[in-house]
Amino acid sequence: MIPGSGYALAPAGPQAARLAQVFWGFFAVCVVVYVVVVALLLLGVLRPGAAPLDEAGRLRLVALGGVLTAVALVALLVISIRGGHELNPMRGAKDVLTVHVIGRQWWWELRYPGTAPDQQVVTANELHIPVGRPVLLELESRDVIHSFWVPELHGKRDLVPGHDSTTYLQADRPGVFRGQCAEFCGAQHAQMGILVIAEPESDFQAWLAAERRPAPPVSGLTPDAQRGRELFLRGTCVMCHRVAGTPAGATMGPDLTHLASRRTLAAGSLPNVHEHLRRWVTDAQTVKPGSHMPPTPLGTEDQHSLLAFLEALR
Amino acid sequence: MNDARNDAMNDATNEALAATWSPGRGLGAWLREVRHTEIGKRFVVTAFLFFAAGGVEAILMRLQLSKPNNGMVGPDLYNRLFTTHGSTMMFLFAVPVMQGVGTFIVPLMIGARNLAFPRLSAYSYYVYVVGGLLLYVGFAFRAGPDAGWFAYTPLSGPGFSPGKRMDVWAQMITFTELSALATAVNLVVTIFKHRAPGMSITRMPLTVWAFLVVAFMIIFAMPAVVIASSCLALDRLVGSHFFNHAEGGDHLLWQHMFWFFAHPEVYIIFLPGLGMISAMLPAFTRRRVVGYDVVVLATVTTGFVAFGVWVHHMFAVGLPQLGDSYFTASSLIITIPTGLQIFCWLATLWRAPLRFATPLLFVLGFFVTFVVGGLTGVMLASVPLDLQVHDTMFVVAHLHYVLIGGAVFPLLGAVYYWFPKATGRLLNERAGKVSFWLTLVGFNATFFPLHLLGLHGMPRRMYTYLPGSGWHHLNLFATASAGVLALGILLTFINVIVSHARGLRAQANPWDAESLEWAVPSPPPPYNFAEIPIVGGRAPLWEEPSSRGVVTGLASDRREVLVTTLLDAAPDHRTILAGPSIWPLFAAAVTGVGFIVSMFTPWGLPIAVALGTPVMVGWFWPKGRPTPLHAEQPGSKAA
Repeated sequence: MIPGSGYALAPAGPQAARLAQVFWGFFAVCVVVYVVVVALLLLGVLRPGAAPLDEAGRLRLVALGGVLTAVALVALLVISIRGGHELNPMRGAKDVLTVHVIGRQWWWELRYPGTAPDQQVVTANELHIPVGRPVLLELESRDVIHSFWVPELHGKRDLVPGHDSTTYLQADRPGVFRGQCAEFCGAQHAQMGILVIAEPESDFQAWLAAERRPAPPVSGLTPDAQRGRELFLRGTCVMCHRVAGTPAGATMGPDLTHLASRRTLAAGSLPNVHEHLRRWVTDAQTVKPGSHMPPTPLGTEDQHSLLAFLEALR
Repeated sequence: MNDARNDAMNDATNEALAATWSPGRGLGAWLREVRHTEIGKRFVVTAFLFFAAGGVEAILMRLQLSKPNNGMVGPDLYNRLFTTHGSTMMFLFAVPVMQGVGTFIVPLMIGARNLAFPRLSAYSYYVYVVGGLLLYVGFAFRAGPDAGWFAYTPLSGPGFSPGKRMDVWAQMITFTELSALATAVNLVVTIFKHRAPGMSITRMPLTVWAFLVVAFMIIFAMPAVVIASSCLALDRLVGSHFFNHAEGGDHLLWQHMFWFFAHPEVYIIFLPGLGMISAMLPAFTRRRVVGYDVVVLATVTTGFVAFGVWVHHMFAVGLPQLGDSYFTASSLIITIPTGLQIFCWLATLWRAPLRFATPLLFVLGFFVTFVVGGLTGVMLASVPLDLQVHDTMFVVAHLHYVLIGGAVFPLLGAVYYWFPKATGRLLNERAGKVSFWLTLVGFNATFFPLHLLGLHGMPRRMYTYLPGSGWHHLNLFATASAGVLALGILLTFINVIVSHARGLRAQANPWDAESLEWAVPSPPPPYNFAEIPIVGGRAPLWEEPSSRGVVTGLASDRREVLVTTLLDAAPDHRTILAGPSIWPLFAAAVTGVGFIVSMFTPWGLPIAVALGTPVMVGWFWPKGRPTPLHAEQPGSKAA
């Protein structure tokens, strides 16, 4: 089962924690205001004729209301500005992990820069981060406006084409946090999810090392998977996808070098298990209508071989 | 003079007036109609038809969201549904219905016989109808817009929305804004120059103040969106690159231009609602609204500040922090004038001898719902808080609390309140009360859970969600409650249809209210006022009858009206209003041809000019006899 979206008021990082504080501050003030207004309404309406006010008395009531509104607003302004003041407390912090996030219709591309070009890690829809370390996200869109939002970690940041932006976040506890594109971006806006996987530093480093490895060589594949590899390289898959260590190098669609190690398919929409993978590869349009993944009609044997190859991409 | 002779003379005068101001009979006369009461009623009825269409779209969306992975509505249809729902409710219902109420009620409230530009009001209505038909014909042919009522570029641009869907949207915007602008200009001139003598600007009803401020807001806000939607149409038609970042355009430019209009739009929609509350409260509390000056100044202040808050729709794009803080402060400040108005009404209601008729119930319903929307609006003004709830179901909840609570509740109250004036019959009170309770309970049960869904991470505009998301139960509850809400609204619709035919006959002033529209028979005769009243106070019908005067000396064989001065409403001169004409209809048709052909070819504009020139000549063709301005002061007498 894919985890559900997080609760913005159950923060897992310092940014979301600050935002939750601001929320509760506002919530408290607003509840008081609402109770006062409804009480005035009920007290006024339910006892007609009792102890009426003269015109001057009524105007005093209005003035009191105005003053109370102003006081409440000043309180809220202070809460808001204090809360928003240091949302990027890691600016200048050492040991920051930088990840390049690219919004695409309708998936997320993630690039972890390396010291050399072959050290760069490219993956999709699964953002691995180390617990307790600040992460700088460099956000960019290649098509329309998207918005990066993982409620348990931070508020939204729009990805506007032509306006690259950055945001910091940090996870204080390990876990899988689901995020969702929050700016309407076309047909499949609803199925543009992302999983943020926060893990201890050692696990994160192990994951990064694994991601840096290319796909297994032909010799490391079963005969069935070898046949699938041929199908992959001769078919339409290579028009869009890259698998490091093979001639497939297109960047239109998600990088598939470590597809089998990912938890979901189709941008957080399906658990990555055999049957879903089969449906997604052969008939993506019924799973995610309007997505850019074309249907791939294959015989049973070819399906089996292609899936054997894809499932070997660990 | 004896009374019998007086009455006979009055009858003769009224017959002459009726002959002068009546449009005649038959289809031709119906199409040439320029009376504000008729145009206003048509606006309101048409707007409620679009409201019903928007409601059906809403129900379809709610049904689709009632369970995870629901296959009832696919992404393409869902995206067209929510775009059409938003566009309908904003552009084809909320603004036009307020135009309609203003067109109907403002001349009656200020003692005028028609709007200042009668033909312009007919043109305004026909243009609006063409725009509305365009959207729904497009929808029926699967060419309805699908990039949201806000149409953010580049998604709405030529690269990502090929076909004509977004052209339909862009031109529909232009139609309805043109209509709103025409009504606004008409209302401003009517309010400034056609008030009954004695109705100085400080005696003007609060409702008229609200419509005046809204008319000015329309004049300043609508051009921004007309330019924006025209730039988008140009980008799509001739590749003008206003919103193409690769060629030096900018997507934030669209957002600024759109929200510079669309935030004031919210106030354009609910300020008339607030004005309606000021009209209804005195009738049901038996006292004038407390703090006339406070309410007027608050309305005017809201009109100004509303133009300084638009960036709070854009906090997530990451503008500089100092600018964001300014917009937080301005968005908080605008609460003060609205809050002051609410306290004025609370003080008016305070232990007043209330009469619990349906309009008052809707006013009370306004308080308990609109204040929730106002408070969540305060939350959205805060940059840090907004970053979490922006573009989620929380905002869907907020905006419906503001627009349904702030505009639709007062509007439904106003329907019950002014229906007798418009039709001569009362709506059924029992059905009205049941409708109110269903609407109130259904509304809150539908929209309150959406706050929680937003905080639990559910973005807006999603056609489906996963079983593991945890959003199922709240969505199901909201969908079931939407049925109750729909039932409540439907009951009022039925009430209107049945009472229109069979309701109790209404007196001139069934609520014993204070303002001038209740001085004329229900429904008003074609000339509204047999004798233009002279106004001596803020509550003319509650003044001593002996202190009321009337204007004499206006011709009854021409559409002659009195023009008064702007501040004091002192008689200034007489003028003759335009009569029935078919040209507004033709002009609207030509406007339609121009805009619709422009979706396909740049030749739309020259074609419209070629067709429009003879129409304009026809519209303004002199009638053969001069219509002199009478500069002398008309006589007046005390009754």
